[in-house]
Amino acid sequence: MSYGSREVNKRVATRALACLVLAALATAGLAACGGSGSGPPQLTFFVAIQPGGTIEETAARCTKEANGRYTIKPELLPNDATQAREQLVRRLGAKDPSIDVIGLDVILTAEFANAGWIEPWQGKLKREATEEVFPSVVETATFEHQLYAAPFNTNTQLLWYRKDLVPKPPATWDQMIKEAEGLKEAGTIQVQAERYEGFMVWVNALIESAGTEILSGPETVDLEQKPTEEALAVMGRLGNSSAKSPNLSTSNEDTARLAFEAGESAFMTNYTFAYASASAEAPDIAKNMGAAPFPRVNSNPAKPPLGGFNLAVSSYSDHQDLAFEAAACLAGEKSQLTAVELDGLPPSRADLYEGKVVKTAYPGFAGLVKEMIETAGPRPATPAYQDVSSAVQRTLHPPEKIDPEDTEGIYDELKSNVEAGVKREGLL
Amino acid sequence: MEASTANTPTHASSRTRSERKLAWMLCAPAVIAMLAVTAYPIGYAFVLSVQKLDLRFPEQTGFVGLDNYGTVLGSELWWTDLFNTFLIMVISVAVELVLGMVIALVMHRAIFGRGTVRTVVLIPYGIITVVAAFAWQFAFASDSGFVNNLIGSEMDWFGGHVSSLVVIILAEIWKTTPFMALLLLAGLVTIDEGLYEAAKVDGASAWQRFWKITLPLMKPAILVAVLFRTLEAFRVFDSIFIMTRGAQNTESVSILGFNQLINRLNLGVGSAISVLAFLIVVGIAFLFVKGLGARLDEGRPGG
Repeated sequence: MSYGSREVNKRVATRALACLVLAALATAGLAACGGSGSGPPQLTFFVAIQPGGTIEETAARCTKEANGRYTIKPELLPNDATQAREQLVRRLGAKDPSIDVIGLDVILTAEFANAGWIEPWQGKLKREATEEVFPSVVETATFEHQLYAAPFNTNTQLLWYRKDLVPKPPATWDQMIKEAEGLKEAGTIQVQAERYEGFMVWVNALIESAGTEILSGPETVDLEQKPTEEALAVMGRLGNSSAKSPNLSTSNEDTARLAFEAGESAFMTNYTFAYASASAEAPDIAKNMGAAPFPRVNSNPAKPPLGGFNLAVSSYSDHQDLAFEAAACLAGEKSQLTAVELDGLPPSRADLYEGKVVKTAYPGFAGLVKEMIETAGPRPATPAYQDVSSAVQRTLHPPEKIDPEDTEGIYDELKSNVEAGVKREGLL
Repeated sequence: MEASTANTPTHASSRTRSERKLAWMLCAPAVIAMLAVTAYPIGYAFVLSVQKLDLRFPEQTGFVGLDNYGTVLGSELWWTDLFNTFLIMVISVAVELVLGMVIALVMHRAIFGRGTVRTVVLIPYGIITVVAAFAWQFAFASDSGFVNNLIGSEMDWFGGHVSSLVVIILAEIWKTTPFMALLLLAGLVTIDEGLYEAAKVDGASAWQRFWKITLPLMKPAILVAVLFRTLEAFRVFDSIFIMTRGAQNTESVSILGFNQLINRLNLGVGSAISVLAFLIVVGIAFLFVKGLGARLDEGRPGG
């Protein structure tokens, strides 16, 4: 992108070359140092950072359990799904052997499997990795009937509300908007509507809850007109209501929980971490924090979002057998308990919800979390996911632009953009 | 570089010829390095741009001619982003030129602490663009930013098209005005003080001295400064990437290329955008050098 000015400013280019040469020498030196060690192979685990320390803790435990046959070194990626993916695809696109185990966001399975970057799980490994796991979660790790990753943690959103302001949680989005508009204080609703993957999470949950889906197969657009328009109308209604937060179009999980903890909002749809966060940061708010099912759009049952990470083995790893073993340990039961204990991440094994650890992490709402995961509506599974998600985000952002009374125009636009996205046409 | 060839006599003596040969030999390593780091990537980008190549679909590749260029030029998004890029470029370079000139004059005329003044002015340019972009983003954050606290508003700066662009352009100006000022200062110091003395004796006002002496004599320096900044501003990426990621219709051509290349892994279409951006940059440079007579070798001995 910048060739032109380099051409003009040749001195800069020469200096850049000098830097490159230095960098190359430095890397060569490092590589030499790294290769000369004779200890057990070191497996690199690329995964999004978890502030509570889950990753470090599980990597250390699995290294210990390996009894000297391998060590696991975590490489922490950004928490933002798009940014984490960018770092992974840049390396995998270049066939980088320095990745062994990948913490794969649930939306990436189809893309990475189709590109030939991750290895399928078979036989005993597959059986053990999916034992007791929610079927909806196993589905997110599957592409073309093959399991490509071991389910680690899952995630879902609940409706968080203020019990001191709202006697009974609303069942639908329209009720919630009306109730928020009527409140004298904290009359806003927190969602995630910045133009990023979190916005796609919200849109997909609304469309699924309305009774249709974005794609019905890897290359087939569904988006039935009536339910889709109902979902879009909800977005437009919130976007043009006094119940929207002032920063609606730049809101994410973090701004949402901050505003809720500051007492600015009576309602919030957010992941399970919100409770632990409020308990630590705003105990007064946490005391009155109620958890309720994700709101419905119409008479159809709500389908809350489904997030989380599955652990995959890179096709370019030099130690695939060990990497499978390490991934199985990192995703296993003990690790899932660590994740819920330290970071409030819901386990993907359904049986753990009866245990003490989960019940302590989710006081009074462990059953609700389980129910949300069982009924969740996953985002589309397609190798062209990135294009589909970009198309949806670009068409519907910011939600203020949707006219709730006339959603036909925006519906047509959404449908044709998603159709182009799934075929990977045009620019995005 | 061009200056030495311009005055070459037609009948070069054998001594000049051997000197020229030596010059070429001394240049050779630099030329080879240049070819390796600039010509090769440019050529490779062109090769990629005529192929269908999506890393997510390794089986579906092949030569497609100019199809990718058709995709880019036929897309509304390309033209919107090109317009945004030019908008950011023109406004930021224009403001920087005026501000840079003022700062250059201050630096030139500073009576005490000259070194300190110059260092202080250069600080923003020394800060990594991404870091500066984060600083501006935090400053303008709707709930926790100090700007909203200062003016007592709840404005969501990155929630609207115009306000996002304003912050992005402000960040660009803050960051690169020192660079502009430095280039202008270099032109300013070459002006002979005697000219000002003479003008003063003739009764010229300060404004007349600036308008009739400083500006005309600085024209080459101004053109070079504006050219460099224009080319740099055309590639605007970091500030947008950090602050809005292109939301609110703030995308630039570089962001568009990044999205196709890194986000969609569509190397064909992404390279076509890179090649088009390269051609535009070459066009801008050509316009400045041939059309306005900017001389890149100005100020060098014998230049």
